[in-house]
Amino acid sequence: MRSYLVLRVVAKLLMPFILVFALYVQFHGDYGPGGGFQAGVIFASGFILYSLIFGIQAAGAVMSRGILRFATAMGLLLYAGVGFYTMLLGGNYLEYDVIAADPTKGQHIGILVIEAGVGITVASVMIAIFFTFAGRRKADQA
Amino acid sequence: MIAQLPALIVVIPLIGAPLCMLVRYRDWSWTVATLCTWASFVCAWIILQQATSGNTISYQMGGWAPPLGIEYRIDLTNAFVLLVVTGIGSIIMPYARESIRSEFGTRRIYFFYTAYLLCFCGLLGVTITGDAFNLFVFLEINSLATYVLIAMGKNRRALTAAYQYLILGTIGATFIVIGIGLLYAETGTLNMYDLSNRIAEVGASRTIGAAFAFLVVGISLKLALFPLHLWLPNSYTYAPSMISAFLAATATKVAVYVLLRFLFTVFNYELTFDALPLDYILACLALIAMFAASTVAIFQQNLKRMLAYSSIAQIGYIVLGISFASSAGVTAGMVHLFNHAMIKGGMFLALGCIMYRVGTVNINKLDGIGKRMPLTTAALILGGFGLIGVPLTAGFISKWYLVTAALERGWWPLGFLILLSSLLAVIYVWRLVEAAYMKPVPENAKVVEEAPGSLLFPTWFLIGASIYFGIETNLTVGVAMDAAKQLLGGLG
Repeated sequence: MRSYLVLRVVAKLLMPFILVFALYVQFHGDYGPGGGFQAGVIFASGFILYSLIFGIQAAGAVMSRGILRFATAMGLLLYAGVGFYTMLLGGNYLEYDVIAADPTKGQHIGILVIEAGVGITVASVMIAIFFTFAGRRKADQA
Repeated sequence: MIAQLPALIVVIPLIGAPLCMLVRYRDWSWTVATLCTWASFVCAWIILQQATSGNTISYQMGGWAPPLGIEYRIDLTNAFVLLVVTGIGSIIMPYARESIRSEFGTRRIYFFYTAYLLCFCGLLGVTITGDAFNLFVFLEINSLATYVLIAMGKNRRALTAAYQYLILGTIGATFIVIGIGLLYAETGTLNMYDLSNRIAEVGASRTIGAAFAFLVVGISLKLALFPLHLWLPNSYTYAPSMISAFLAATATKVAVYVLLRFLFTVFNYELTFDALPLDYILACLALIAMFAASTVAIFQQNLKRMLAYSSIAQIGYIVLGISFASSAGVTAGMVHLFNHAMIKGGMFLALGCIMYRVGTVNINKLDGIGKRMPLTTAALILGGFGLIGVPLTAGFISKWYLVTAALERGWWPLGFLILLSSLLAVIYVWRLVEAAYMKPVPENAKVVEEAPGSLLFPTWFLIGASIYFGIETNLTVGVAMDAAKQLLGGLG
């Protein structure tokens, strides 16, 4: 892919927009269509585009397997942890009302953190799946 | 804190799963998994105590009231199944450490425990939830984790076995979600208790009928009822020993619970057994399962495969009990659900011990194993007696109640058929006895020791339990009877 100058330049130009758009979908999920799932997929698609153009190794330098594994687990922990936290505060599992003094604000914070957890896990799992399949041939030859 | 137990029992393994992935050092992930399963078991025990006092426990997820919110609703029936699942899950954890190390290796072992906890969490979620769609979600969590666990078997054929189960399991799950979708389209609710009220109002419309058909077929696939059992033999044969034991003792049992829940709680009795001849359909399939699968089991060389076919036959007994559609029949089904979990779990663990020392479970290679590994073999044979239904074993109690229920229903020829099919079990257990004790140890056989204590103890614990519950039946029969009464709503 080294010779395709147009592709390389366009991919680099698009990268920040894709990632920012993912964050927009993530955090605007409260008010409009979106949320962690969609945002995670969009975020991952940025990395997939990068690895298609610049190779798996270059993308892997940014997102190593270890980080991916860590992020996958952390996202789920964040989700379950919020539920656990609301239990500690005396509410039911995932009852966000108790997080803040004002129930509406509690709901707002709760759903925001949970969606962040979903986003982190979905993005890292998507990237991990892509890396696994794309890295297969290299593993077989070695 | 007590009020939060219904959520905790599911949440603890759910939090444990990512933790296993984070603490990657091999014994730590095992420790996390063990602590989580034991904690869930304690929760299940307390929940059962609460449920036996006659109260139905309702827990509102996120504080949203049912029927809009997800409700966890626990009566005796699911409290009983929760205890079986968490009990088996906890007992086999000490076994897992050595057994998995020898069959799977230590590399990436944390993935194994992560998948195990997710599988465990899924089973508990399916059992505890009172929301039909939530049930489907947990069923998928459990199924996906199960495919991974089966694929981790030592033999490369584990991969095709897992793939086969993946395809069939997905078809089953699709049927279930179509059924739930149709119910939602007709009634506009997903809460099971709300559903049951609204279905009673709507009556037997065509949509309800279609939903019923999809659900029964989908669940039957998950519980490996006779013509839909094809995924089971390979999965149990090639999965790691400990996973075979876990799945045989819990996964199909939870599917039986789901069937009970839908037949008796969601759909009412009139629709299920009066408008549709489901009792005859289930009874026929169960009978074929009992005879066909037991016959196939006789001809198996691989002992794990033999036990797998025997499982299909035993599921036949459980479904037969349900098909009587009476309190006595459901009691018999639930008692056998519990007893079979002990017996088959213990037997698969015993085979795991043999696998650990000898490296094969092929009956041709196990001549004289009774002299080489006396304790393990004794456990295996005692479990086999339970399968036959010898008095003083748990299997006898199950069959006693099953035959009684058949007579009560007036289907007395079935009583003979149950006894006749037990004779088939005598044949395949006798093959074990013959190979283990009658044949001499081959001269070129390598010297094997008895299995280590960490493997023997859980094996004997389960086999011992199956003997104990063959004598002391307060917990099993007592709880199962009350649960059946609750399920049938006093219909008798």
